[in-house]
Amino acid sequence: MKKTIALKAALLVAAAAIVSTPAAARDQINVVGSSTVFPFATAVAERFGKGTSFGTPVVESTGSGGGLKLFCSGTGANTPDITNASRRIKASEVELCASNGVKEIVEVKVGYDGIVLANSRATAPLAVDIKDIYNALAKEVEVDGKIVANPYTMWNEVNPALPATKIEVLGPPPTSGTRDAFVELVMEEGCDMFPAIAALKDSDKDRHSTVCKSVREDGGYVEAGENDNLIIQKLEANADAYGIFGFSFLDQNADKVQGATIGGKEPTFENIADGAYPVSRSLFFYVKKAHVGVIPGIEEFLAEFTSEGAMGEDGYLADKGLIPMPEDEMAKIRDDVKNLNPLSM
Amino acid sequence: MPSPASSILRSGPTKRSKAETRFKMYGLAAIILSLGFLALMVTSIVVRGTGAFQQSFITLDVAIPADVDVNDINAPNWGGVLKKALRERFPDAKSRNDKRSLYRLVSSTAEFTVRDAVAANPALIGTTAPIAIRASSDIDMLIKGNVDLELPENQRRVTDQQAAWLTDLQQAGVVETSFNKQFFTGGDSREPEQAGIWGAVVGSFLSLMVCFTLAFPLGTLAAVYLEEFAPKGRISQIIEVNINNLAAVPSIVFGLLGLAIFLNFFDLPRSTPLVGGMVLALMTLPTIIIASRASLRAVPPSIREAAYGLGASKVQTTFHHVVPLAIPGMLTGSIIGMAQALGETAPLLMIGMVAFIVDIPSGVLDAATALPVQIFLWADAPDRGFLEKTSAAIMVLLGFLIIMNIIAIVLRKKLEVRW
Repeated sequence: MKKTIALKAALLVAAAAIVSTPAAARDQINVVGSSTVFPFATAVAERFGKGTSFGTPVVESTGSGGGLKLFCSGTGANTPDITNASRRIKASEVELCASNGVKEIVEVKVGYDGIVLANSRATAPLAVDIKDIYNALAKEVEVDGKIVANPYTMWNEVNPALPATKIEVLGPPPTSGTRDAFVELVMEEGCDMFPAIAALKDSDKDRHSTVCKSVREDGGYVEAGENDNLIIQKLEANADAYGIFGFSFLDQNADKVQGATIGGKEPTFENIADGAYPVSRSLFFYVKKAHVGVIPGIEEFLAEFTSEGAMGEDGYLADKGLIPMPEDEMAKIRDDVKNLNPLSM
Repeated sequence: MPSPASSILRSGPTKRSKAETRFKMYGLAAIILSLGFLALMVTSIVVRGTGAFQQSFITLDVAIPADVDVNDINAPNWGGVLKKALRERFPDAKSRNDKRSLYRLVSSTAEFTVRDAVAANPALIGTTAPIAIRASSDIDMLIKGNVDLELPENQRRVTDQQAAWLTDLQQAGVVETSFNKQFFTGGDSREPEQAGIWGAVVGSFLSLMVCFTLAFPLGTLAAVYLEEFAPKGRISQIIEVNINNLAAVPSIVFGLLGLAIFLNFFDLPRSTPLVGGMVLALMTLPTIIIASRASLRAVPPSIREAAYGLGASKVQTTFHHVVPLAIPGMLTGSIIGMAQALGETAPLLMIGMVAFIVDIPSGVLDAATALPVQIFLWADAPDRGFLEKTSAAIMVLLGFLIIMNIIAIVLRKKLEVRW
């Protein structure tokens, strides 16, 4: 009989654990969002946890879109306090937030990140411009004034100056913020350089957007998953392949891969910082104002994140590959954060 | 004169024995091939991962300011104190860039090592004390021979100047590579040199405890009822098919279920081992039920009949005789189910356990991560130093899995009753 009693007791304990758990207030900050901002947010979180008496914030990597969805699901201890994003919040997301009671959001720009097209150091670096990348990777391109399915299979068909190797580019899948930014900064830029596609903008907006946003699916572009280390390993193994990923991975693996010059500009720290390198984007995080003062430490965390020692030119985030903002922009952001100025679209 | 039959008899055995040898060879080849793959995998992990068990330290003379108050240990600018110590050691670093690369010799959160050393020994205040500081991951990689100084300077993370400083330090005998205790006792960190596995181990342990307390009683009771008490009919058949089906459902589905029910409906806290354990319990339940039913079925009917014959009731028969005999099999099944749960990441993704968590969890309601999740996160980190940490964490996980499987085998061998 003893065993049955033991079993019953175990069941009771388990049931009690489920029932008696209230949605207790948290004592640490909860951060979700972009995998691109993740390495920076975690660095700040760790320092904040070690250097203050607050608990170390929990940082989840959910992707920009997923993070904003969670963030906008409401207020209260069971919803995140901060979400990271590798793109700006959309008007539709602000509406979603507002409809769930998240009315005041503080936007904080963290800095810049470059997106690079890189290949193995075993072959020569590529020198392309945005038009070439569009031609190499779009699903449909313009040939002799007509929009046709992408006929190019070799780089030198795109541009005779490029090497005679097969077009094979490993890049992030559509769920990734890096992919969103790549499409916005390269594909949508590139497509309007062709008169027939640009003309579509007036005649057929939907078609224009499809043509500009579609990446080829015939093997020229390989969706390599969200793990950028994997892309670098594959580039090392295949000297003719190219990869698309964030600047911080290039920075860490400069002995294995090299970045292609785009429009004559190399993807270096300096070129991205002063805007000369064309494929760079802003990184953000968003704070739920209703949680400030409720969850302990949010204000202090914001102060740490925006401090000179973190976000500044010589800060530890720059060591992690974040490209800092110019001085005056940073001053404005610090001011916004201090006063918790809510976002207005 | 040989008859046709005797010719078959003469040639037959050779032909058949040849077929047998061939078959044996196929089997042997299959085993050798799979062992070869396993050996390849394990060696590549071990070769990559052993470095993580070693860490380089640089002993620096740090001047601790006299005005430090032990009760307000976070107040002083420890970063400044450490940077000053580095500048005094290498006064030739004058330009801003030189100073920056000088500071990068040591771990970027090393200032807290100085703080903790002072907090542990307040007598250091106002003195100049030698303190062993963790070398930064880049320098650690150089010391371990993973950086090729032959490459042009802009293609590696360590500059010539830093390498020269390091040589200078090494000649002074203050660079030491020793066992990386923090890897086994620390929580996660953004810095490869500071990162530890203990937080993830505790998180996995707590989740498995919750999983076991829920799944074992539920699973075994369900099995006992289904096997001993349930009327055999259409309904019990449908239940059986469904249980077998559940065992094959991809684990991510249980994660989604956990998100919808435990987090959104019951409002349980996100990222906690409580929810993680509950989701894993859902996942392991079918495994435990199936294994328990099999072991109940293996108890010979003669035991039950003997009990009935002596006038025992059905419940008495079941709990006094059948279940105790089936317990070893049930335990083995549960341990194998637990081992499966230990290796899961997908369901934990949905409930927020795939997160950067530094603090070691102290209970099932604290945010925590799990061992396989830690591996996943480190594999995704840009820093080169995490490469070896990833492999080392895989070794730790494999170690735990082997231990659990050995326990299962030993238990079975010890408790098994042969009929």
